[in-house]
Amino acid sequence: MNLFEYVRPASLAEAIAAGAAPGAAFLAGGTNLLDLMKGGIARPSRLVDLTRLPGLGAIERGPEGGVRIGALVRNADLAHDPDFAQRFPAVAEALLSGASAQLRNAATVGGNLMQRTRCAYFYDPASACNKRDAGAGCAARGGERRLAAVLGASEQCIATHASDFCVPLAALDAVVEIAGAAGTREVALEDFHLLPGATPERESVLAPGELILAVRLPAAAAAFARHARYLKLRERTSYAFAVVSAAAALRIEAGAIVEGRIALGGVAAKPWRARGAEAVLSGQKPERALFRRAAEAALAEARPVGDNGFKIELARRIVARALALAAAGTPARLPALPASPFAPVPGGPHG
Amino acid sequence: MPQVSLTVNGKRHTVEVETRTLLVELLREKLGLTGTHVGCDTSQCGACVVHVDGTSVKSCTFLAVQADGASVTTIEGLAAADGTLHPMQAAFREHHALQCGFCTPGMVMSAIDLVNSHKERMSEAEIRHGLEGNLCRCTGYHNIVKAVAAAQEVMHGRAQAAE
Repeated sequence: MNLFEYVRPASLAEAIAAGAAPGAAFLAGGTNLLDLMKGGIARPSRLVDLTRLPGLGAIERGPEGGVRIGALVRNADLAHDPDFAQRFPAVAEALLSGASAQLRNAATVGGNLMQRTRCAYFYDPASACNKRDAGAGCAARGGERRLAAVLGASEQCIATHASDFCVPLAALDAVVEIAGAAGTREVALEDFHLLPGATPERESVLAPGELILAVRLPAAAAAFARHARYLKLRERTSYAFAVVSAAAALRIEAGAIVEGRIALGGVAAKPWRARGAEAVLSGQKPERALFRRAAEAALAEARPVGDNGFKIELARRIVARALALAAAGTPARLPALPASPFAPVPGGPHG
Repeated sequence: MPQVSLTVNGKRHTVEVETRTLLVELLREKLGLTGTHVGCDTSQCGACVVHVDGTSVKSCTFLAVQADGASVTTIEGLAAADGTLHPMQAAFREHHALQCGFCTPGMVMSAIDLVNSHKERMSEAEIRHGLEGNLCRCTGYHNIVKAVAAAQEVMHGRAQAAE
């Protein structure tokens, strides 16, 4: 790890000023950044430790029933907050699907949004990577592409975003509160992460010095609490990043879906909201054939890279299965243990 | 160099460190507490787990400067002064929950946090899920799960400690 200057700002204004300097990086839980520094992938000249800033560590219920989650709330504390888990069960389930207990104890809400891709070529300083070194080329393009993106990729980058947490947040219209030298602003979580295009080194809308204050979920997101699930397929049954994952949330009244929400993980450089698939669900009776049609719509634009076409069909199946689990109802015990992609689907055979 | 003041196993220390010094390096190299192991050094294996202010963290992915002002507990801080083992340590011995022992300090520290944060009796599946951040290459995990299942009864006052 390189040597660096360590600063611990006492106020938001100090943090923003310290973080705007070239070479500076913000530190919260450090679960991703320190690994990148140990591998020589990140070499910040200054770390700005945000963890002692006041006012960023609360989970606050809004007056109209939404929730505001401070950027420094630990993943474990959020997942195990009883009120939060009850009202936003798919978000708690996604949090518990990620990393391991010790990492969730350290990792923060803001840091989760800012985590870097797990593309193996990004992590290998000897490989060309446009994300790590703009203009260097993409070794993944001609390399091992099994886990590469199938939606929104570009010639310059085929990496995916690794977060579980962000997937239900995208489905539930979360909003990110951002602070910078010019004041505060808000961005929909769906628009927070950028597709790679020609500039894969730019991963989010944050400018230098800007930092995340909080993530908000609107009151409307809690209306899905009775039918909301997160389902993650990995190459082993625990402690791995998603091959593909899906969040599904339904509002069901009098036997029909009033509104459905779907987002996918592991398929693109950002959590992927599938609005076309949501439109398929509206007004329909929740049943297996409908869920498969929605899944087809969710992946309609997907394109394989090299030999990873299997991810597209796996993603369809995970979407259909997440919808079936959501229709069957949120588990009584919250937060739920992460759903198994191998368990029987309620009301149907394996699919 | 920055100074870090922290309490480790009840004892206060003030130590000079480089900014890049990891908590596990501070514990092992500055304080001589070598019970905390380094396995993978990439926050995967869990051999380095310690408690910082009561919750388990991977000390290989935690800067020493981040622990400034914190209270840290390592495997050396679990047993009583007279040598009486912590119920989790006693359960690991009773159920033969180790073979080579390399993962054991991290496994015990993780298991204690897991039980502390689950007042209701955990099922076998919950214990297995709860230990997903700790790798053991010897035991196949079965006896570790049995030990944690037994220790949760003692730690929550539902059963007597193993002799």
